[in-house]
Amino acid sequence: MTADQMAPDDRRIGAAAVAVQDTRQDKIVTICVSAALALFAFAVLYPLVYVLSASLSDPSNVVSGEVWLWPVGFSLDAYKAIFDYRSILTGFGNSVVYAIGGALLATALTLLAGFPLSRKGLPGKGLIMALFVFTMMFNGGLIPTYLVVEQLHMLNTRWAMIVPGALAVWNVIITRTYFQVSIPEELHEAATMDGCSDFGFFWRVVLPLSKPIIAVNLLFYAVGQWNSWFNGLIYLTNEHLFPLQLMLRQILIQNKIDASGIQDAAELLRRKELQQQLKFSLIVIAAIPPLLIYPFVQKHFVKGAMIGSLKG
Amino acid sequence: MYAMLALPLLWLAIFAYWPMYGVIIAFKDFNVVDGIWGSPWVGLKHFERFTDSYLFWRLIKNTVVLHVYELVATFPLPIILALALNMVRRRWFSRWVQLITYAPHFISTVVVVGIIVVLVDPTTGVVTRLTDLLGLPTFDLLGNPGSFRHLYVWSGAWQTMGFSAIIYLAALTSVDPELHEAAVVDGASRLRRVWHIDLPAIRPVAVVLLILNMGSILSVGFEKVLLMQNNLNLHASEVIDTYVYKVGLEAQIPQFSYATAIGLFRSVVGLVLLVVANSIARRFAKSSLW
Repeated sequence: MTADQMAPDDRRIGAAAVAVQDTRQDKIVTICVSAALALFAFAVLYPLVYVLSASLSDPSNVVSGEVWLWPVGFSLDAYKAIFDYRSILTGFGNSVVYAIGGALLATALTLLAGFPLSRKGLPGKGLIMALFVFTMMFNGGLIPTYLVVEQLHMLNTRWAMIVPGALAVWNVIITRTYFQVSIPEELHEAATMDGCSDFGFFWRVVLPLSKPIIAVNLLFYAVGQWNSWFNGLIYLTNEHLFPLQLMLRQILIQNKIDASGIQDAAELLRRKELQQQLKFSLIVIAAIPPLLIYPFVQKHFVKGAMIGSLKG
Repeated sequence: MYAMLALPLLWLAIFAYWPMYGVIIAFKDFNVVDGIWGSPWVGLKHFERFTDSYLFWRLIKNTVVLHVYELVATFPLPIILALALNMVRRRWFSRWVQLITYAPHFISTVVVVGIIVVLVDPTTGVVTRLTDLLGLPTFDLLGNPGSFRHLYVWSGAWQTMGFSAIIYLAALTSVDPELHEAAVVDGASRLRRVWHIDLPAIRPVAVVLLILNMGSILSVGFEKVLLMQNNLNLHASEVIDTYVYKVGLEAQIPQFSYATAIGLFRSVVGLVLLVVANSIARRFAKSSLW
């Protein structure tokens, strides 16, 4: 659902209402609702603006509590400090690898599952679908899954971050529904008559026609991978493989900062001052990639959620 | 066709159904040498140990209270937001409000908890300064069992309510505009139209979401609880899932079988509740999952 789709209906209601004239009471109600929404939007936005402003302020002004909404004493020290921590840069690189790798693998699996399941006459389709859906309601749980990953010798490898969480059944359902709606059975039949194999049809006809759903899947999985940390916590012990979010957890929440290698006492003190400041800049750095992508895909996400809700 | 399905099905078999087979270690004393099948059967020993444990009722209570509080506090919010957005006629305005309120959905749990940490920091946090200005006593919100639930639930509302409203907005677009026109001609006020036209249109979706929610009553946003947890608020923040993680993986001597049994207990209760809620909904609300 987007504002664009809503527009024609809105205008019609508006026209009808104008013809009869809004009562005074209705006008007051609408104004109150708009004001409440504006206030609410500000409240949602405030924590984000505060963190951004604090990250751009001079550390001493943040500590003394002068920052409320806008940056006080503009400074980029907090961002410079990030580059002093190797582990953060490593984590950032790892997260990029996991996000891209995970998104590609998961999208491929989702498309391969979604297309056959969208075709009408496939024998056993109901059973296969049930196999997928059942996993949404019941799963083996933490320990048995961990044991499987261990037996596959994936512990402490990059594969552990990408493979076990690859497929999201919800995405399979949305993708299947998209194919059902946008790839007519007749098209498939015509292609088969002309001697096109199922896979050839999938590769040459279905995929080029399905760019929106491919984009939605890629971005959905990429954002999910970028934001995930728990798989890293349980499957990885080698810090060189940690994703950014796991590094963040150590610094933001557990207050662990690697001070080894710093001999100078004055330097150490400066670090301590910067530590609080570093939290703000790290939050910004970690939150920005998904937030940058999101306005562009918002429409698709919303459509996906809608298809899933109405036809799933 | 089946060749295409092979890879996804292989993945499903390995990462979804193989662990389900592994669940049998809940009824065994698992040891690495004998493997899943070779370890000796012990029946319901681990389940009995859990239900007899002094932690049992506290874990159940913490989990259920947190979940129900979250449900009661955050379930109506997206509905209200969607109805309000639907009432506004200026398109650019409703589009901006949507853009802003969806945004927190895309921020990771770690970052959300990080934001909470810096906001309520007992020395420099903006919340602390605000309570100082108002002359209220300062205390460490995160290190306090009494405030843990409020922080958890309302930060969750902040993060999810905008995005959850989407599904209701979608349901509202299916309302026939002629219904509204007819109601206006009959002199129905805006609020009356919301009550008699918009709200009934949302009801089936709300019922389905409520059923789904029932199924997860013994599970909460586990990753976020784990991140917000510390030794000071443990009394309120230890829930079933965090306990499973601690017993099964974090402990010095991991107890795989015991942890699996606790997890299985939770999953089975969840599945049963889901089925029950679904049949109740089918009976009384005429809408259900299956």
